[in-house]
Amino acid sequence: MTTRWFGARVQRVEDDRLLRGNGHFTDDIGEGALESYLVRSPFAHARIKSIDVSAALAVPGVVAVYVSADLPFGDKDLPILIPHPNLTHGRTQRCLASEVVRYVGEAVAFVVAENRYIAEDAADLVEVDYEPLPVVITPEASARAEHLVHDDVPGNVAAELLQEVGDVEAALAAAPHRKRLLLRFERGAACPMEGRAVWARWSQPEHRLTVYDSTQSPTSIRGGLAVLFGLPESDVDVIAPDVGGGFGPKIMLFYSDELLVPFAAMQLGRPVKWTEDRQEHFTAVNQERGQVHEVEVGFDDDGRVLALSDDFIHDGGAYTPYGIILPIITAAQVPGPYRIPNYRVRFRDVYTNATATSPYRGAGRPHACFVMERTLDAIAAELSLDRVDVRRRNLIASDQFPYNLGIIWQDGNIVVYDSGNYPALVERAVEMLGPRPEGDHIGMGLSPYVEGTGVGPYEGAHVQVLVSGKVVAATGIPNQGQAHATVWAQIVADQLGVDVADVEVTSGDTRRFQWGVGTFASRAAIMAGNAMAVAAGMVADKAKHVAAEHLEANPEDLELVDGRVRVKGSPDRGIPLAAVAVLANPMRYAFGGGTEAATQFTPKARPGPPLAEGEQPGLEATGYFSPVGSAWAAGCHAAYVRVDPKTFRLEVLKYVVVHDCGRLINPMVVEGQIEGGVAQGIGGAFYERLAYDVDGQLRNASFMEFLMPYATEIPAIEIDHIETPSPLNPLGIKGAGEAGVIPVGAVLASAIEEALGVPISEMPLSPLKLYELSQARTR
Amino acid sequence: MKVNGVAHPAPGDPRRLLSDHLRHDLGLTGTHVGCEHGVCGCCTVLFDGAPIRSCLMLAVQAEGHEVTTIEGLAAPDAPLHPVQQAFHECHALQCGFCTPGFVLSVVGLLNQHPSPTAQEVEEGISGNLCRCTGYASIRRAVLRAVELSPK
Repeated sequence: MTTRWFGARVQRVEDDRLLRGNGHFTDDIGEGALESYLVRSPFAHARIKSIDVSAALAVPGVVAVYVSADLPFGDKDLPILIPHPNLTHGRTQRCLASEVVRYVGEAVAFVVAENRYIAEDAADLVEVDYEPLPVVITPEASARAEHLVHDDVPGNVAAELLQEVGDVEAALAAAPHRKRLLLRFERGAACPMEGRAVWARWSQPEHRLTVYDSTQSPTSIRGGLAVLFGLPESDVDVIAPDVGGGFGPKIMLFYSDELLVPFAAMQLGRPVKWTEDRQEHFTAVNQERGQVHEVEVGFDDDGRVLALSDDFIHDGGAYTPYGIILPIITAAQVPGPYRIPNYRVRFRDVYTNATATSPYRGAGRPHACFVMERTLDAIAAELSLDRVDVRRRNLIASDQFPYNLGIIWQDGNIVVYDSGNYPALVERAVEMLGPRPEGDHIGMGLSPYVEGTGVGPYEGAHVQVLVSGKVVAATGIPNQGQAHATVWAQIVADQLGVDVADVEVTSGDTRRFQWGVGTFASRAAIMAGNAMAVAAGMVADKAKHVAAEHLEANPEDLELVDGRVRVKGSPDRGIPLAAVAVLANPMRYAFGGGTEAATQFTPKARPGPPLAEGEQPGLEATGYFSPVGSAWAAGCHAAYVRVDPKTFRLEVLKYVVVHDCGRLINPMVVEGQIEGGVAQGIGGAFYERLAYDVDGQLRNASFMEFLMPYATEIPAIEIDHIETPSPLNPLGIKGAGEAGVIPVGAVLASAIEEALGVPISEMPLSPLKLYELSQARTR
Repeated sequence: MKVNGVAHPAPGDPRRLLSDHLRHDLGLTGTHVGCEHGVCGCCTVLFDGAPIRSCLMLAVQAEGHEVTTIEGLAAPDAPLHPVQQAFHECHALQCGFCTPGFVLSVVGLLNQHPSPTAQEVEEGISGNLCRCTGYASIRRAVLRAVELSPK
């Protein structure tokens, strides 16, 4: 393989249509679809006494109104996607609630009408009689179990898990210094610019269900719908077209609409669509990050950590559809890039009367990083040591890989860091950050981090050279802006010796590739990227094999260069890849375009059957990649900030990122991921707060009050890369999608604490929060 | 109203939003809807040459006015408009959902300030939300669009 495209700043092939307004997002699909709207609970916890849909049904233009009893699957609990033995009290909601609602936004009824305006009007007329029940909204209140979210879950505890490496009690007892911290991280919301949307059509003549879904996992949606509706998977197509950002919550399945829209389409015999509005996105789409950590750390005079105990509560929300992946990730990611000889972590995943939780960009990691970094800052403060020095003294050395953490990972295996160079990351970040700016109320923060990326189990790809010489490639996982069509093309083009413009990639369409898992956990580049390399490599081998016969050469003496298969050292002896594609199909008909070369009646006959045993027609292959474990990316962020002591406005004076995601497929794309991640991190750390009140009402469910940053809040970011290849995949790559967001809270907390001289132990911050903390200090 | 230079009758339903009219009646789905309360800017179109939120206007209010959507910026076979080209070169879009609104906001900005200062750039793009890029590449794209624009 001659590498030409891998590593280059190839500009994106998907841009042109998106820039011209020719993108294809789920709500863009028309075709006379009926439109729908969900009636949702206005209470965080209530018993449903009755539902009356008669007035809604009477509205002209309303086609159907469904409640739970109308659904053949209405009395089934939705699946727990990832069961775990420690999830002793897993609970999921039903498609439509009929007895108890447990969060504001839980779906109760589904209105289908000739258009959305009518559906919304009619939804207002659905009368639901609720009997409010006591609400549990904070994780602390849940853990106290004054009220129960589920009657049959004692103490509100869905799961509990304790892990220990070494002997923490003994090490704490022997440590020269000990410190306790209470650290609190609130929920955040991913808020992709496109909300969720589903469109479905049932074709009775074809016996075929077609679903467009703005999901991060069309293959899983397809599998679930096939089971639910008793259809063979081959009768169900699920397509994630252009998806306007995902950031995690679109990996969740099933949201109620994902079942209701195809169900209604099958019932009504017409296409049905549903598009979320922004207000319901705030309460109906999964959230994440609410955790409360009680930390005890023992350390020596130099600030080296000798023992760390972390006991935390994870706010699971009202249901546990996604299992306990989030607290498992947090538990594994707290130690980060540091040597912690004795580590004990216990979590309790507790129910609250809030939207269910599942991964949001970072997925358990920003809070883990915050906990570890706040702890190191506390050690530095206690010993009057330089904060960066304390980090240097605790970092895992570059010769300690593979590094076994001894804690379980989300794939069920023990965490083993495959490769990395953490000290180099920190030193480069310090160098890039440079001298402290002049002035008052300025603070510095620095945080290295690790990220387990590319979790399995597998992804696959199909690559085919067409008789035109163009290459088509497909994988099951969808794209939400990560430039898959460009980076997969780079990988395939290198393997086949063609121009990147000659490779057309389809992703997230089960009609083109039916197996796969999904786009999440910074896994797409590793999983699908390597699968593309495997499949394209198989195609290259086949091309050599087919061409060898015609070039009268050994396959191993051939190479694929500039769209041709040619003899190494004799570039004139070769044939175009397009011709090889023709020859790879020994068919009877010659209909031009070079196909006459492939019929078995061509003069150059060969012995035996035209398709020898074990051979398949076509210059194509399907390949899979399945890793033995996660590839651990790492990085270090550092910043100088200034905080106005009167208005508490935050000004980020400088923000630097050193990032190591192994070999870079396309640095431009990786930098875009980092810049976007840091912006999301800044938003989550200082501007965005989900303001739930004691009744479980989200008081700021709009962009007017939930302050996602505009350009004015986000500074320029300086980025540098270190490349430590992963030994766990042939391309040596590690994931990059979530890294940008992970340490931002930790960095800003440290910097703001120094700038203002107030202790920071919680996220998110805000000018108001800083004012309150300053007042508390002066009192 | 004229949309991208073509005259269209007003919709029959007086409460139809301009954004819904463009998307679902005229099939101009490049105008996106991200919040329906005028904050995110995804639905930005040019209204008599100036950027407005099409989700905050009723379609009937556009009667007698000229609307330009993203589809009207460059003909299907023509090269990209300088602002579109600049967004491409600077990787100023990822998922592409906010992109049409940003592009039209920047077109409006450069109509008003052909050589904007850094402050004018910041203000010109500060009414649109993007969740993917972190804005740095969009700032670069505005400056690149200035270079690419015919003087």
